[in-house]
Amino acid sequence: MRNDKLLYGLLFIGLCAAPFAGAYPVFVLKLMCFALFACAFNLLIGFTGLLSFGHAAFFGGAGYVCGHALKSWGVTPELALLAGTGVGALLGWGMGLLAIRREGIYFSMITLALAQMLFFFCLQSPLTGGEDGLQGVPRGKLLGVLSLADDRVLYYVVLAIVAAAFALIVRIVNSPFGQILRAIRESEPRATSLGYDTHRFKLLAFVLSAALAGLAGSLKVLVMGFETLTDVHWSMSGLVILMTLVGGLGTLIGPVVGAVLIVTLENKLGDIGTSLAHLTGWDIFSAMGESVSTFTGAIFVICVLAFRRGIMGEIIHRLPSRRAA
Amino acid sequence: MQIFGVPLPAMLSQLLLGLVNGSFYAVLSLGLAVIFGLLNVINFAHGALFMLGALLAWLGLDALGLSYWWMLVLSPLTVGVLGVVIERTMLQWIYKLDTLYGLLLTLGITLVIEGVFRAKFGVSGLPYSPPDQLMGGIDLGFMTLPIYRAFVVVASLTVCFATWYVIERTKLGAYLRAGTENPKLVEAFGVNVPLMVTLTYGFGVALAAFAGVLAAPVTQVSPLMGQNLIIVVFAVVVIGGMGSIMGSIITGLALGVIEGLTKVFYPEASTTAVFLIMVIVLLIRPAGLFGKTR
Repeated sequence: MRNDKLLYGLLFIGLCAAPFAGAYPVFVLKLMCFALFACAFNLLIGFTGLLSFGHAAFFGGAGYVCGHALKSWGVTPELALLAGTGVGALLGWGMGLLAIRREGIYFSMITLALAQMLFFFCLQSPLTGGEDGLQGVPRGKLLGVLSLADDRVLYYVVLAIVAAAFALIVRIVNSPFGQILRAIRESEPRATSLGYDTHRFKLLAFVLSAALAGLAGSLKVLVMGFETLTDVHWSMSGLVILMTLVGGLGTLIGPVVGAVLIVTLENKLGDIGTSLAHLTGWDIFSAMGESVSTFTGAIFVICVLAFRRGIMGEIIHRLPSRRAA
Repeated sequence: MQIFGVPLPAMLSQLLLGLVNGSFYAVLSLGLAVIFGLLNVINFAHGALFMLGALLAWLGLDALGLSYWWMLVLSPLTVGVLGVVIERTMLQWIYKLDTLYGLLLTLGITLVIEGVFRAKFGVSGLPYSPPDQLMGGIDLGFMTLPIYRAFVVVASLTVCFATWYVIERTKLGAYLRAGTENPKLVEAFGVNVPLMVTLTYGFGVALAAFAGVLAAPVTQVSPLMGQNLIIVVFAVVVIGGMGSIMGSIITGLALGVIEGLTKVFYPEASTTAVFLIMVIVLLIRPAGLFGKTR
């Protein structure tokens, strides 16, 4: 446990120093948003054992609400973030209520179908801007005082929020409530027989996860200044599953590692391909940037077949003293 | 003549279109159910293999000059062989794991297949016309019946009922059903269960490809044509439950028709109609219409 705290502390200090070390703040912020999204998702799959295939609905849905609040209502960013998070929680409550009526693979299919319903709603609704999405979302002034237009100011505000959210997730996982969630993951009938109302716990976990995913989506809109249909599409739900799987299901820091890896790969695949094409003289590599989904798919296949523990899971497994993170 | 203010021919043509979509739902959800029964894997790649079936039909005509009728046989065969390869090289290693890994693995396969073909063919639709024999329509007096659409419904239903017959009424089907219940015991009786599992997967995805070839002249052939369809089919499967073959067929058809009717009366809701019905079914009968509560 002490080691973990040391690790989180170092990570936090590193992130505080990152803009001075020459990192491009907006890209690091994007990484943080996806890291939070993956951590929120992991709360459900890693610690409760529920595979939601509809998390894009909370991420993108909250993003649209937050963006709309900032742009059309002109509210301050903290209120917009709250609105987004609240909508994430509300959507999570509705979806959770329906999906936990079934178990296992049906649960995943129901969440996928409900998220798709929201996707079609966003596609048709005039509020979302349809195919064009929501463009030019202003960042506004925090509490009406602090302008977030400067990337560095925004950076530290978002870093503080993400760090607080991550601390909340750690707290939830290590609380008695988190223990009960893990008991449900290991064996739901046993948890029931111990007298726990497993449906209520599953629903609460679902709502918490959805709210945090909503916060991540809202932060992303604040950072990037736009919101598009990509964020509500099912491929986004698939992507967050992949991030968590690559990093390590059920580890606390794993989703962060996974998110950083996958988002960087998505952004840089074109560059990697071009330099590989230069290096080897093979033309095939230069097309790599256009076939991102082929790559993510291949990583999926490899992870499921040979690397199910994920990066952090593998590290923890190989540590001399095997401790659950 | 009008029904609720909608002219009858418009209504009937939407109804037929609904039946066409419904037959695709039926064939696809049937394949999913057969695969899930024996492999315990939800085949996310079903949509991608449906697309592959249609695209192969297009490629067959474009590159090799093979007619629709040849491809109606060759395309499902090719995809079936691909299915056997997928099962042998990948799926067979994950049967002992949690079912969610099956979903994730087939999702990965989907992304690879769709990614490869999108890089090659782009996202715009490729036109494919129905065979000459099935062009045109028959004048029924009150409406014109497009021959090809009628053919799609008849062909799909024939395949569906043939599958139902084989599984429910023949010895081979009895092995399959027994394998679904208790594979170890069936193996002890000397049935080669792993082979049966492989062939079942091959057959299931060949069905998807068959539906794909049927769909090629009705919808545009595009590498992403299976993407949204597979999610609708998942909703169909949730509504019907995967326990019964006949259940999948009936649910698929019925939902297609309902979707078609929604297009007439309230077009905005036509994309979400199936999902709304899923919500209602979950509220009233969580196990699904034909499902067994477990």
